[in-house]
This record gives sequence, structure tokens and C-alpha cells, in this order.
Amino acid sequence: MSDLKTFPQGGVHPSDQKLSAHKQIMVLKLPPVVKIPLSQHLGAPAMAVVKKGDKVKVGTLIAQSGGFISANIHASVSGTVSMIGESTDTSGYLKEVVIINVEGDEWEDSIDRSSDLKKEIVKTREEIIETVKNLGLVGLGGATFPTHVKLMVPPGKKAQILIINGVECEPYLTSDHRVMLERADEMLVGIKIIMKALSVEKAVIGIENNKSDAIKHLSDKIKDYPGITVQPLKVMYPQGGEKQLIKAITGREVPNKGGLPIDVGVVVQNVGTAFSVYEAVQKNKPLLERIVTITGKSVKNPGNYLIRIGTSIADLIEAAGGLPEDTGKIISGGPMMGKALTGIDVPVVKGTSGILIMTKKDAKRELQGSCIRCGKCISVCPLGLEPYLLYQLSNRRKFDRLESEDVMNCCECGSCQYTCPSSLPLLDYMRLGKLEVGKLIRARKNN
Amino acid sequence: MDSLMLSSIVSLSAIGFVSASVLFVASKKFKVYEDPKIDLVEKLLPGANCGGCGFAGCRNFAEAVVKAGKLEGLNCPVGGSSTMIEVGKVIGIEVVVCEPLIAVLRCNGTKIHAVAKVKYDGAQNCVVAHSLYSGESGCPSGCIGLGDCVRVCQFDALYVDELTGLPVVDEQKCVACGACVKACPRNIYELRPKGPNGVRVYVACMNTQKGAVAKKNCEVACIGCMKCVKVTDSKSVSVNNQLSYIDTKVDACVHGPALIGCCPTGAILGVKIEGNKSVKSESHS
Repeated sequence: MSDLKTFPQGGVHPSDQKLSAHKQIMVLKLPPVVKIPLSQHLGAPAMAVVKKGDKVKVGTLIAQSGGFISANIHASVSGTVSMIGESTDTSGYLKEVVIINVEGDEWEDSIDRSSDLKKEIVKTREEIIETVKNLGLVGLGGATFPTHVKLMVPPGKKAQILIINGVECEPYLTSDHRVMLERADEMLVGIKIIMKALSVEKAVIGIENNKSDAIKHLSDKIKDYPGITVQPLKVMYPQGGEKQLIKAITGREVPNKGGLPIDVGVVVQNVGTAFSVYEAVQKNKPLLERIVTITGKSVKNPGNYLIRIGTSIADLIEAAGGLPEDTGKIISGGPMMGKALTGIDVPVVKGTSGILIMTKKDAKRELQGSCIRCGKCISVCPLGLEPYLLYQLSNRRKFDRLESEDVMNCCECGSCQYTCPSSLPLLDYMRLGKLEVGKLIRARKNN
Repeated sequence: MDSLMLSSIVSLSAIGFVSASVLFVASKKFKVYEDPKIDLVEKLLPGANCGGCGFAGCRNFAEAVVKAGKLEGLNCPVGGSSTMIEVGKVIGIEVVVCEPLIAVLRCNGTKIHAVAKVKYDGAQNCVVAHSLYSGESGCPSGCIGLGDCVRVCQFDALYVDELTGLPVVDEQKCVACGACVKACPRNIYELRPKGPNGVRVYVACMNTQKGAVAKKNCEVACIGCMKCVKVTDSKSVSVNNQLSYIDTKVDACVHGPALIGCCPTGAILGVKIEGNKSVKSESHS
């Protein structure tokens, strides 16, 4: 066990709690109405191209990408656009959405809905990137960075290795795990497509050792796909972070201060993204549904569901047996990096990897103490930062000093807050620091 | 022994004399002329170094005043008009007295008016909470009540009322330095004229959502119904994005009662005017 690879610095090991790991992916029934937000990716929001009363089919383009770093959005259901208005998102703020009343399930003719595996890649490099761009693909790991931007290697740089992220280090979440088990062939073809787009010869799928069935399943499958290898990894949070995964698999270090994986010849994609690349390139299917884990200790039927984008989270909770009585907190994402919801009538978006329902007991924050200078946060920080210091600086609004202490390198993994014996809200202040320092940097650029 | 003492005295005196001459020459050669008015102005200022004037401290403000030779755009909000008249005398100009200002909280979303739907137990800091979610009541413009403004106030003029969950401005202590205006992530504070004998009227709401949405989260939200415009005129009261704003020049003694009376939700508050529909006004006046 101990000779397994992992990243060398920091990290914590929260309890797995993969309650839904053995639950097969189920298709959630169509909701009566969907709300599709226009900003569900990193970058500029998309602009609506439909209007009230328009009839749409599944896969119809409803919003055009609003810039270079942005993504197209497609209708996930067929029906009538009832309104282009505002609706609350997970944080309770109003965001622009397209609301569609569902009528039947009629798909665009261009989409190939057959389930047979299409292995042969006929499209050229440029065609692949164009398709991925047009069909609105974004990274499904959680950060929702537009996929086509990652596939375009900047001039002067060369990609050598493609890393496929099957780590899923967040406790509770199992959607990537299920993709690797149930959609393995499609995902591997997807990886081949991404390899072609990047013109790399080598791809490594990184999987943590707690998913031994996925490691075994894929190790059998990759025999038919030359160039792809599976790399088992030691269980350690936050191994799914891009920088940590690259370090664990290749030993290369992404430079600080805004360095990108491509600077060390690496591109990282999530397993779910690889699957959606397959569907887009081979079947011409836009990103209009995704696999979402619904889980929690008190949930009656934790499971993994294939859900149309825009479905209300309330429908998903209903399918999992309803909201348990002693619910203390509902989190979109995993317990480490996820965000608490302010209400359940919010839509599932491209970046929703899971919904976690916590009991009152588990959701309760410990009483906040004072920093006792134990240094635990420093030893667990995977990026070698000093969270206790950054917390103090952020609290006292010393933002120029914060910048020189590299607060922008923080990946918000929350390991520091998880380990703090005084239960200080370290991550909250880290986010505040990043927000304010980001403003300073932008102001300097504009001057 | 004697010679030792004598040589010590002589050599020390010599060193002292040489050093003194060097210092004397240096002080003549490198003398920087500094306007004596700067010291005079600085003495008149309160010396709180609060930054309310926009400068790092009182000394910097004094330098700026003397350098400019006029007072346009320069004002010490803490010292107020009496200080500025004195400062004006030093630099030799007449000072026109402007009205004293006070910080006004444009939100009345108390725990009773804007009932909490969710509970926040994260970092007790308004900026953090604002970046994470819309607030316990769901109003995206309302006061979060975690007291960032209280922490930045150097004059002890603010405290959070336990009963309402909102910060209260102490009329006697507030000097309108504007620190709370800058600290509030939702821009709820406004510096408004104190008004004749402290009589003033204002819209205690910042919500720009449509009436029905705003009202769902808070009973006393401004719904942009335009009634306040009708009882006065469009110059005194303007409604933009479903949110009313009463101009600071409106005479609260004349229009105040009508404005407060016409508002169907009670979003318009008055100080020292009869007829407020809210519980907050009592602690506010």
C-alpha cells in the first residue's frame, strides 16, 4: 500500500462515506418544468437566443457563448419556453434563467440516440475542438471550465501527457466512480478523442485505491486502447486538485503565481468530461444531462442519477426518498468544498456533482476558539501556505501583505479548516482574502 | 590623574564643538522650508487620524489644505463646520458652512420584518457572508447584521441591536467620517444631512427586486409603487429599479409626514416625525 503514489506535501484523510458507490446510475424521470441558468460555467455568462413562447427540442441551442471563456447552453428537455426571467441559485441570489415547460421528449434529429459504441474517430483535430465548443462542454469535476479552451494548446507550448481525473477525493460523492464502472468503454473512446485533439501519445487515468473495482475494471478494458494506462493512487485529500494530481502522477510541479498545467506539458480532464466528449463528438449530443450523486447518512435511498440540466434539486431529493426529518444542511458538492444551499428549489447545473444532505448533528459547527499556534494547518496545506497567518491578515484587512504571502495559490480545499482544533473559519477568510487580492490585482492591471 | 581628566575634558569639548559645527552647517545647507501654517492647521484638527477626510491622517490633511490654499473638496467631517471655519481663518479664506451629516442605515429588515429562512453559522463577517449567500431572510440587498460597520467605527457610534439584529447609529457620537459606508459590502449606509433640529426622512430599503419578490423576503421592503412620488414631485423623490430614493434636499418638516403616511409597506422612515410604522424608529431617534 505504502508504495502507492500520492502528492508529497500536506493533505488530510477524511472518512470516505461513499454510501452510494454500489448504486447503479438511474435515470430521473422528466420534471414538469426546468430552469436553465445562463451562467453555469466559469467565465462570461451565455446570452439567450430563444424568447418566450418558442418551441424547443432536446438539444436546441438556447444560449450562445458570451466570450472566449464561456460555453453554449442547450435545452435539456423539449417543450415551450415559458419565461426568460430570474430565479435564485444555490446562494440565494437571483440569476438569469430560461424556464421551459416540458412537453413530451422530442430530440433534435442530429443527435444519435443509439446506445452502440462508436469506436472509430473520424473527425479531425479542428473538428473535435469545434464540436466540443459548439455543444457547450465544460469540465464536470466541479470547476466547470470550458473544455474547448483546455483542448487548445497555446502556441509555443506542447502537451505531453493527458491525465484523466478519476480520483474523486471528496467524501460521499460517487458519480465519477459510477461513470468509470458503467460507462468505461465510452469514456475510454472519449479519452482517445481528447488525446487526438491534443496530439498526445500518453494518457494516465488516476484513481484512488479505495475504488479498487474501478481500477480492476479499467485495467481490463485498457488493453484495447493503446496509450492509456491506469495509475492507482494512495487515498489522500485533495488529490483530485489539478496541481496535486499532476505532482502525484508525474512528479512535475505546476509553477506558482498563475502557472497552468500546460506549462509542465500536462492537461487534466475529469472522467465525466471524457464521457461527455465521447457523446458530443461521436453522437453529436450536447451537454444536457449529467450524473449527480444524492447522498447523506439520513437519506433513505442514496444513489446516482442521470439528470437533465435545469431539474430542480427538490425533484432529486424526492426521488431519493424525500427530505429527512433531522436535516441540518443541504450541500451542493462534497462536504469539503461544496456550498450549503439556501433553498431546495434550485436547478441542477453542469457543475453539480452531488447533493449531500447532512443531519443536524453533523452540520453543527464547533464553537470557534482562538488560534493556539499548533501549526496543524501548515502541515496539511497541500500548497505549503500558512493558513493561520493568512487568516489573521485577511481578518485585519492587510491585503497587500496577503498577496505577498501567496494567498492566490490557495485552492480552497478546506484541509486547514478540517484539521483546525480551534474550529476557526480559516477557509472563509481565505476566500475573502482571495476575493480582495483579486480586486487589487485587477485594479493594477487596468491602470 | 589630573592630566587624564584634563585631556578628557578637552577632547570631549573638541568633539562636541566639531559635531555642533557640522550640524549647524547641515541645518543651514539642507534646510527644507515648511509652511508654519501646516502646524497651525494640524493643531486645529481633532487628531483622531480616522481617515474620514480621505487622507492617511490629520497631518496629511493639513498639508493638503495648506498646499491647495482653498477648501474645495477638503473637509474634516469629524471636526465639522466649527473646525473648518478655524482652518479657513488660518489659510485666509471665508468658509461657507455646510450642513452636518450623519450615517443612515437604509434597511429596516429587522428579525420581525424580514424573517430568517436559513441559518448562517460561518465566519462572523459581513463581507464573507455577502460573498457566500443572499442573507438569512433571502433579501440580497438587506443588512446582514454581522457588524463589519461596528468594527470599523472609531467613534463608538454604532452597535448592533440584539432585538432587531440591525446596527443602530448613535446620533450624538456619529461624526459622518464614512468608514461604515466603505465597510458595508452591500452599500447600505448613506451620509445624509442631519436635517433641521435632526428632523429627516429617508427610504430604509436598498432592494431593487420586483415588488412581489422583495415583499416575500421582507415586509417593509420598498416595492416601487410610486406613491411617494405622487405626494411630492418627481424632483424630490425618484424611483429607479423599483426602488425609491428621497433627495437629501427634501424638507423633512414639510414633506416628511406625507411621505411616511403614503408608503404602503412602511419602507419610508422618519426621525423626529410622527407616524413611523416601524419598531426600529424608536431605537433610531
